[in-house]
Formats: sequence, structure tokens, C-alpha cells
Amino acid sequence: MNTPQIQEDEQTHIDAFNARISSGKTIEPKDWMPQKYRKQLLRMMSQHAHSEVVGMLPEGNWLTRAPSLMRKAVLLAKIQDEAGHGLYIYSGAETLGTDRAEMIDQLLTGKAKYASIFNYPTLNWADMGAVGWLVDGAAIVNQTALAKCSYGPYSRAMIRICKEENFHSKQGYQIMAHMMRGTKEQREMAQDAVNRFWWPVLMMFGPSDADSPNSDDLMKWKVKLYSNDDLRQRFIDRTVPQAEAIGVKIPDDKLKWNPTTRHYEFGEINFDELKSVITGNGPCNKLRMKQRNDAHKNGAWVREAAVAYAEKKSKA
Amino acid sequence: METNIALYKYCVRIADTSLILAQRMCEWCGHGPVLEEDIAMSNMGLDLIGQARGFYSYAAKLEGKGRTEDDIAYFRNEREFLNRCLVEQPNTDFAYTMMRSFLHGCLSYLQFRTLVKSKDDTIAGLSEKALKEMTYHVRHASEWIIRLGDGTDVSHQKIKSALENLWQFTDELFEMDEVDQTLIKSGIACDLSLLRAEWDQMVNEVLAKAKLVRPTAGGYQSKGGFNGAHTEHLGHLLSEMQYLPRAYPDAIW
Repeated sequence: MNTPQIQEDEQTHIDAFNARISSGKTIEPKDWMPQKYRKQLLRMMSQHAHSEVVGMLPEGNWLTRAPSLMRKAVLLAKIQDEAGHGLYIYSGAETLGTDRAEMIDQLLTGKAKYASIFNYPTLNWADMGAVGWLVDGAAIVNQTALAKCSYGPYSRAMIRICKEENFHSKQGYQIMAHMMRGTKEQREMAQDAVNRFWWPVLMMFGPSDADSPNSDDLMKWKVKLYSNDDLRQRFIDRTVPQAEAIGVKIPDDKLKWNPTTRHYEFGEINFDELKSVITGNGPCNKLRMKQRNDAHKNGAWVREAAVAYAEKKSKA
Repeated sequence: METNIALYKYCVRIADTSLILAQRMCEWCGHGPVLEEDIAMSNMGLDLIGQARGFYSYAAKLEGKGRTEDDIAYFRNEREFLNRCLVEQPNTDFAYTMMRSFLHGCLSYLQFRTLVKSKDDTIAGLSEKALKEMTYHVRHASEWIIRLGDGTDVSHQKIKSALENLWQFTDELFEMDEVDQTLIKSGIACDLSLLRAEWDQMVNEVLAKAKLVRPTAGGYQSKGGFNGAHTEHLGHLLSEMQYLPRAYPDAIW
């Protein structure tokens, strides 16, 4: 069936698609797009949505133990935002032709991934500070870049989500600042949290550019606008002074300011650990998957009841 | 009874009831049957925490000893908590959770609807905000009770079981003592006995739509949550909720 006419049509589509991207216009759901572009965006958006939903778990772990009513309310509002982001991005991803149930099924069966960071445990209250400040801080750096991506629904979702992530990061930093001004035990909790989260957060930006496959096409199509290493550097540069301001130590002996490059230099990231966590062997991979699967399984009868009731009503 | 002492206790009862239910809602976070319900339950949890904070802050002000909302919430033991026992009952499953929210919500809605006319301006103001919230909570829970009752055989059994097991905590919702009597006289509090008929009507209507039979009177009914007589569940809830401030009393969070 690969007739010259079809090839010509295909080429016309590709040219128009490329021209649209070069001119800075967004690609919208009904526009023609290469299969590879559609597949890549679906992968990114569904992973992103899964990350929001799985990300509710490590913070939910401290919700019932939040040490003040204000902190409880702020944390609950933050986690609720994450659920909202998940819902919003799932809807965005659905515009690419796969429905939410199918994406969730891919998550629950382990076919789809989510952010590696959520496979680390939250072990003390300061972790709520570290997660907000560092994890959401890293997410903001990533998502600010994604807000300029070429796929309209994703780009618009990111603009809206970044506003909320800014609040999340600030509340996390505020928790850390409070802890660092607090008692000796509180300072120890804060330092312990940063010690455990710093390196896994740097891994959130993915492998180093030399080992990052697929990046060329993604850059050309403005699915990705900056490299993993660029974004990681941007995060480090903005975060180190924040750590200094509250007196928490970044656990990296090689970390130092380079006045010539005007960037921080930092130690070697253990990418074997990232690989290991991504392939299912992090400290909480099994727990997180069990928690999501249990929630899905335990909620099945509720969803079935809602469908059965709606069907009865539509017949009535 | 002095009005201020009665008013303090009245506010703490409302705040405790809201906070304990909020804590139960927090337990669901990330584990809901569908993402939309995670969002809804978080939303209701947030409303309830807000109600608790408002009434605790007012109670602390009335008490005038410089305590804060957190001092009241985190540094009292089971016997000092004045919530209705219904709200401390465990989540068990989504049916229990919705039934608990519904039975409590109907009364809370009616109570705040009356309290917006309270002669105490702070109570009236706090109630105005809470009334809007409870209107939504009741609607949300009612819709689910109807869906579950008239959904599948499994969902019907589960919501039926929730109703039958939680019913023993419903009479207690209407309990009153000299705190209420003192404040009713001065036009501050509302007479819960006057709300019973309307509560019955709200409940009966939803149960009928859900094809559920209202449990008959005569079984065991719990008493005295609002004066500190609780079920076994509250102690566990509080030990989790209060752990950090109790373990580090000098810390400011």
C-alpha cells in the first residue's frame, strides 16, 4: 500500500508539522502528528500523571501525624493538588487517544513508570519539608521547561501546574526553615532528610546527556527543550544558596561554586542506583505498587456500583 | 453554669467532632476508590480541619490562658476529647465512610443552619462558612449512599452493613446537657431536639432512595462522647495524631 501518492501525502503532513513547530505554534489534539511524537508524548504525560498519583503516598504517610493543624491543612491541600494534577494530566493524555483506565492498568501491571523519587521512604516529619522543597523544586525546573513544549494540552497543563508547584516548594522550604531554627532534634531531622533526598532528587532529571537516548528527535519536536544535565545544573544552582540560607548542609563534599562558569560543580551521581530504582529495585517500589494496587482493588466494587447505578438510571 | 465556660465547651465539642472526622478523611488520602474521590475526600477533610481551627481558636480566646488551637488539639487525652463517637469510628470501607459522613453531616448541616442566627457573632460567622461546606458534604455522601444502595448486590450489602453498624451512634448526635441549656437560654446555641424531625426526614428520604431499611429503635445506643466517654478507636487515632508534638513538646513546627 506504500504508493507514491501516500508517501507524498505523508511528506506533506511531516513538512506542515515541522513548520508548525518551527514557527512556535502548538500542536493540538486534532492536528496530524507523527506516530513517534504521539507515542513519546503519551509516554511522558502518562508517566507524569502516574507520578502525581504515586507521589501522594509518601506524603500521605505523614498526613495523619502532621504536628500542627496548620501543617496538616497545608499538607492535605498540597496532596489534593497532586491528585488534581494527576487528573488533569490524565485528561490531557487522553487527547492522544488512550483512556485513563488503560493508562492506570499500565501503571498497576508495572508496564508504565513513574518518577523514581517516590520509591524512597519518608521517615521523619522533615521529609515533608525536603519533598516539598527539593522534589517539587526539581519538578518545577522540569515543568517550567515543559510549559514551553510543543503539545498544546501538555504545555497548558504545565503552566497551571507550575503555579501550584511553586506553592508546594515554598511550603516545603518553610518547613525546613522552621526545623533548622528549631530544637537540636528538629535540626537533626532536617539534615537527615536532606542527606537522604539530595542525591535521589538529582537523579530525577534522568541519566546524563551522554547516556540519554532519543533526545535528538525530542529536542527537534520541542517535546524536550533542555537536556537532562542542563536542567539538573539549573536546579543545583538555584537550590544550593537556599540551603545555605537556612544552614542545612548539602551532602556533597565536591560541591563548590565555580566563578568562571558561574555554576556549582558537584560530585558524581550514582546512576547505577537510578537504573536500579527505575527497574523496580528501589527501597519502596514494591510497597508503592502494592498500595496503588490495593487501592484499585479495594475500590473496584465502588466503581462497579457507580456504573451499575448509572446504567439503571439511563434505562429508567 | 457560666456562659463563657459553657461556650468554651460548646466550641470544643464542635471542633473535636470536625477534627476527628477530618483525621479519618486524611487516612483515605492516596487510597480512594477513584481519583475523583481522593480529591473529594481531601476537600472535605480540609473543610473539617478549617472548622476545627475556627472553633478551637475561638475556644482558646474565650479561655484566655494563652493557649493555641494546637495546644487544645494536641495536648488532651481521650477522656478530654468531646467529639461525638460516630466520627471516631474507623473508615472500614468506602460505604462506612460515606454513611458516617452522611449521618453526621445531616445533623451538622442542620446545626450550622441554626447557628448562623446565633447571638454570638463569632459562632454565627464560623457557622455561615461551615454551613456552605456541610451542604456539599451531605449532597456528596447522599449521592454515594443512593448509588451504593441501588448499585450492585455487593455495594448494597456493604452500605447496608455500614448503616446497621453505625446506627448505634445516632442517638448520641442529639445528646445535650447543661452546656447546651445555658447557651440555648441566651440564644447562642441551638436546641438539637428541635432538629430531630428534620434529620429523620433527611435520612429517611435518602435511605428510601438507596433501597435501605432504617434500623428499628431498641438496639444499643452509645452515650456521652460529648463528655469524654468514647469507643476503643479514639485512643489509637489520637496516639497517631498527637505523636510529634507530644514527643517533642519544645519544638515549634
